[in-house]
Parts: sequence; structure tokens; C-alpha cells
Amino acid sequence: MSALLEISNLTKAFPGVVANNNISLHVNAGEILGLLGENGAGKSTLVKAVFGLLTPDTGVILIDGQAIEYGDTLGVISRGVGMVHQHFQLVPVMTVAENIVLGDEPKKFGLIDRKSAKAEVLRLSEKYGLEVDPDARIEDLPVGMQQRVEILKALRKDVRLLILDEPTAVLTPQETDELLDVMKNLASQGVGIILITHKLREVMAVADRVVVLRNGNVVGSASPRDTDEAGLAQMMVGRSVVLEVLKSKAKPKDVVLSIRSLEVLDDRKMPAVKGIDLEVRSGEILGIAGVEGNGQRELVEAIAGMRNRVGGQVLVDGKPTKNLHPRSVRSAGISHIPEDREKHGLVATYSIADNLVLNQFNQPPFAKGWIRDLEKVDEIAKELVEKFDVRTPSYANLANSLSGGNKQKVVVARELSQTLQVLIAAQPTRGVDVGSIEFIHNQLISARDNGAAVLLVSAELDEILSLSDRVAVIYGGKIVAIIDAEGADRNYIGRLMAGLKA
Amino acid sequence: MRKLTSKSSLLTYIVIIIIAFFYSRDSLVTTSVAGSALLFGLPLAMAAMVGILSERTGVVNIGIEGTLLFSAFLGFFIGALSKNLIFGILGALIGGMMMTLLLALLAVNWKMDQIIAGTIINILAAGLTSFFYKQGYALPSILPRWEVPFLSKIPFIGPVFFTHGPLTYIGLILIIALWVGLFHTVWGLRSRAVGEHPSSADSAGVSVVRLRYINLAIAGAFGGLTGAYLTLELVGSFDRGFSAGKGFTALALMIFGRWNPIGALGAAIFFGTAQAVANQLMITGVVNIPQPFINMLPYILTIVVLAISAGKVRPPAAAGAPYEKEKS
Repeated sequence: MSALLEISNLTKAFPGVVANNNISLHVNAGEILGLLGENGAGKSTLVKAVFGLLTPDTGVILIDGQAIEYGDTLGVISRGVGMVHQHFQLVPVMTVAENIVLGDEPKKFGLIDRKSAKAEVLRLSEKYGLEVDPDARIEDLPVGMQQRVEILKALRKDVRLLILDEPTAVLTPQETDELLDVMKNLASQGVGIILITHKLREVMAVADRVVVLRNGNVVGSASPRDTDEAGLAQMMVGRSVVLEVLKSKAKPKDVVLSIRSLEVLDDRKMPAVKGIDLEVRSGEILGIAGVEGNGQRELVEAIAGMRNRVGGQVLVDGKPTKNLHPRSVRSAGISHIPEDREKHGLVATYSIADNLVLNQFNQPPFAKGWIRDLEKVDEIAKELVEKFDVRTPSYANLANSLSGGNKQKVVVARELSQTLQVLIAAQPTRGVDVGSIEFIHNQLISARDNGAAVLLVSAELDEILSLSDRVAVIYGGKIVAIIDAEGADRNYIGRLMAGLKA
Repeated sequence: MRKLTSKSSLLTYIVIIIIAFFYSRDSLVTTSVAGSALLFGLPLAMAAMVGILSERTGVVNIGIEGTLLFSAFLGFFIGALSKNLIFGILGALIGGMMMTLLLALLAVNWKMDQIIAGTIINILAAGLTSFFYKQGYALPSILPRWEVPFLSKIPFIGPVFFTHGPLTYIGLILIIALWVGLFHTVWGLRSRAVGEHPSSADSAGVSVVRLRYINLAIAGAFGGLTGAYLTLELVGSFDRGFSAGKGFTALALMIFGRWNPIGALGAAIFFGTAQAVANQLMITGVVNIPQPFINMLPYILTIVVLAISAGKVRPPAAAGAPYEKEKS
């Protein structure tokens, strides 16, 4: 019997780069194939070729032993291939049912038959065990639920091969676990799955086989049973990677950042931070652990001066900082790696160099009075791009020409380039590949060792535990416990994060 | 959605009570004011449909003014030269569609900034219609009024709604049809998807470019119908600058009506009522407002309405953005 999907000797080159070089792989029905690789390794190019979104230079793609026609997305779909894109293809203002039937809508007397659309969604959701509310509007749903809709949309056409492109990049740990269960369930129903990711834990958890890509080549394949995360990471990056963060014991000194009974509202004007007190000392990392949506975002934005503090104070060295005034907060000594790098971290249409000096463009040596000194800007840009390994042909390129991981490096480079008093790092490694994560982690540790007070917020509990010296657990807008990270019990913290009285 | 419905039904009751009150005081004047409110409001409502259709599929259209002007011009001169009002109407429809299809070419194909593209339409229409304008032409007649049998005999409702020219009826029916179309048909669902999040529609096999073209063509037909209504049914003549800002007022009504045909129709009738009441007050000499101030009324109301709705309403998310298929 032939494999569900068979790719042989596929090559695709773009101007200046070979994205896929002579790649061969196969997927069987009911099998989960983990496609692992760093950003830019060629994973997306490969699956786009399968899905008919681009035409390979050479090579053959067979579904059930029959070659597909390149560039024919509708034909590929009709042969049972579904794809869940990294960026959801959903219309935010429409309902779940409307989104799922869009493009092939049930009709009655020339009008849309909303009733049977709903019925179809419910039938699908029952069949695959993916619960959704067909009448809910997409924009009102949490990201994990939106992804569920996206998966249902893909499954609607009797899908036998499902491609998931970095599906967990935007999910919380809980949502990720749910998704992994869904994948196992689908596979047990005979669906073949390609899971594209750079997260090792996920492949280890669900994949039957793993194929690792690097620079457009298949550099290895393995079964999760015969290998471990370190082995996969090494294949992926091409050198050995230290997954554990190595750090010396912290030598905390004076309290630099103190937060006193801080109260903040969320976007809907509901209390999100309900009286938080925190102190961070020079030379330590305080990690905030919590399920997303428990006030972390509001807390960070309020500290950074971007969101109104309706009560309480934020002090640096005992001096209160100004509310709603990011620039004076910065000059008071607080650096900020924002959670949403696209929105708050970078100016997409400025050059990389300009982005690297956004926090000090108006200060010497980058400006003399009102006149900018572009030579000095170029100098530091060159230095930072090298030091932080930002992969770009030139620092004069626009920031939005960079991949997600490299954008993050630019933000981190900028925020760490000054001597630091306080660093607020929100999700500093979100969407960043293994090699870069290691690098960013080391940078945070060395900032700590140079005397910065670091407040770390992350949705990844592992990241919090491995980097922090102390861990504060946030739940429902309050800090429910502060514990030493060393020897902390993962399960205990997990229960606190879930709001259980441990 | 339900909340909105109860709000608007409350509004309807209030309006009915107000009308009933005035009708009981003076039935003749109330009927005539309501009738002229519809006459003033309808062209604005129809012009607002041009904007709604365009923006719901993701093309910002500030060229309504030019679309009205050019279609009225073509409608008038073709009607006058051929001495045939049907040809006049066809000419207006073609004129309107020429303008919106030009917008489609600029904004959809050439991905030009849509504000600039709309401005081009307005300037082009103003230029063409004054350059080729000739005095001394007249229409053979205006479109005849047609009293709908039985319905026109209903007190108040009859004279207000059922004693008009053909384009009034067609316009009202088409506005309601557009509402049904947008919110209850496959075409409408896809159009709105294209206006909100085009790549979703694209990945579901809906052609973004094709739908934008189709809808701009329909929008042009609405604009042409408005132009025909103004010149062939309501006024019977044409002048330079004939549209007098109605296209821009229509934009405000589109926003005030939340890009919903029925909402925009309601807003337009509110505008029409304000104008009709002011006219009536002046005619009866109740108040002595100088004519220029009466003429200012629509523009002042436009500013007020925009100030009220600013920031509270949300345009279709993709309006103004040319669609680029994902690269590589």
C-alpha cells in the first residue's frame, strides 16, 4: 500500500536561497509526522508546495500514489488535504458557523441557510470531539477556540491529511495540551498529520516520527522513542544546544523596583490587576507565573507607563514614576521588552538601525541637540546586529523584512544595549527558535549578573522556572504566592496558577 | 444584535407617536412634510448605498460625489438629446458605473491609495461635467408620478409613500433588497468576508478581485440611479456642480447608519425630515430663518452626525487596503 503522502526529491529555490533542497519524506494514514526546524529552515515552503500554494522547481508529490498538480490548491483540497495556517484565516466579525461554511454555503431559496450551517458545524464538532459554539463571534473567542474553528474548517471537507503550521505559537500551555490531544484523537481516526513546529516538547509528546530540516535539507529523522529533546535540538541547530539554563546563584542587593498596591483596568475597563505589591532587587530575576489573561499584560503595561494605573505606585530606587508617560518611565531606568513586538516593540517601516536606537535616538551620542548623528547610529547598529546575531543582509533594511525570531532579537538588543536598572521582559522568547531562545536567556542572565532587577513574564512555566530566582504566581489579578525558584514544585505552582488553594 | 433591534424598535415607536401627534393636530401639513422628507432623504440614502457596497467589500469610496455628478450629467444630456427619459436613465446608470469601475481599476488593480483614487473621481467628474456643459437643453418632461392603486388611498401612508415617480419606488425596493442581499445571501456573506478579512475569503476559494469588481459595478448602478432620480424625476434640469455635496453627505450617512442599508436609509430620512421641517417653518412664517441658513442645514447636520458617531462605529476592517496575495 502506498503512503498517504509521498514527497520525493523536491527542490525549490527562491532568488538567493534554496529553501528546499532535494527533500524526500512520507506520511502514512493515522500517523503524526513532526516537521522540526528553526525559523527559515524551509518547513513552510515544503508544506506550501504540498498544499498547492507554490510550485517546486523539481520533485514529485504523490497523494495516495498519484501525483498532484502544482499550484492547484482546490484540487489538493478535493483530494483530502487540509491546512491550518499559522495566521488564522477567519473573519473576526462573523460567527463560527459563517466562517466554517464560507466558500461553500448551504442555500435555501437563494438565501443562506443558517440553520443547516449550524447543524453542520455541530455535526462536525461532535464527530471530531471539538466543542464550539456555532453562534459565537470569532473576535469574542480566545485564541485556542479560534484555532479550533480553523481546524474544523479544514476538517469539513473529509480531510485525510491535515497540515498544521506552527499551531501552538499563539496558544497558552493549557490550549497547547488540548490541541495535542485533539491531534492524537484525529490520528486515531486515521487522519495523517504533519505538525510543523520548533517546539521540541510537542513533537516528543505526539509525533510518531520526526523529520528535522535545516537550511532546506533533511538533516535527520528519528522516532521520539529513540531520541530526546537534546538530540533533536542538536539536529535542528547543527550544534549542541544547552536546553537547561546555566546560571550562577543570584546575588541580590537593594530593592530597585517596587510596586505598591497597583490597580489596573483591562481594555473593557474591568479590574485586571487588583492591588499587587512586588519588590525586585538588583541582581535577581523575579518571574511571574500564571495562565495568560490573569492580569500579566495589564501589570506590565502599567509598569511601563503604557496603561493607566488607577491605584498604587511604581517606584524605582524609591522614587515614584510618572503614570501614563512611557518616556519618563524609561528615563527613570525601566527598560521594557513588550509582549507584542509587532505592535509595541518595533516600528515596522523603520530600518533595523533606527529600531535599535528607538529608546535613545534623541540622546547623545545619537543626537546633537535636534540633529541626529546617523554615523553613530550606524556604528551601534552594526555592533548590535553582530552581537545579537540578527540575520539580515543589512541593518539598513526595514524591520518588517525580518522573521519573527530576528525581530525579537532586535527588540532584545535595543533594550539590553543600555546599562540597565530595571528590565521588564514580557514573553521574551515567544515565537523564537531554540538557538535564539538559548541566546536570549543568556542575555537576560547576564543582565541580572550586571546588577539589573529583572521582572520576567512568560506563558511558559519552564522558562519561568529555569530563569527566575524567585517566582510570583499571579491569579485573577493578584499575586497568590511568592516562592524560591530553586527546588520549586512544578505541580504546586501549576495548581496555584489554576486558582486552586494548593 | 438583539439589543440593537430592541433599540431600533423603540425608536420606531417614538417616531410613530410623534407623527401621530402632529397628524392629529394638522394632517395636511404633517403629510406634506413627511412626503418631502422622503423626497429629500431618498437620494441621500441611495447615494449612501454606493458607499456601503464599496466599503463592505473593502474599497473606500469617497468618489460618490463625482459618481452622482457624472451620472446626472450623462442622464440629463442623453435624456435631453434623445428626448427619451428611458435612454436618460440608461445613460445615468452607465455614467455611474463608469466612475465606480474606474475606481475599481485604480484601487483594486493598480492598488492606488483609495482616498486619492476617490479624489480623482471627484475632480474628473467635476471637470468633465463643466467642460462639456452646454446651456439651453431641456428634458421633454420629467418622469411621471404614479399613484399606486389602493395603497395610495391609505391616509398619511398613501400620499407619503405611494404617490411618487418610478425611481422612488425602485430606489426604496433596491435599498431593502441590498439589506437582504448583504446579510442573508451567499453573495453578501462573501462580500462582507472580502471587506473584513480578504485572505480568509481567498483561502475559501472566493475571488477577492472579482467580487470587488462586481460590487463596485453594482455600486455604480446605485449611483447612476441616484443621478437619474435627481435630474430626471426630482428636479428636471442640470447645472454645474449639480450634486452639491450630496455624495459627501451620503458618506456621513453611511457611517451614521453603520454601513447598514436600513440604518443609512433611516439616517437619510432623518436628514430629509430636518430639511422638510425647516422649509415648512419658513413657508408658514413661524420662524424667520434666512434662506442661506436653511441651505446650510444638511452640511451642519453632517458635521453633527459625524461628531456623534466618531469613534463609536467601526468600518469594515479591510476597507482601504488593496489585497495582496501572500508572497512566496
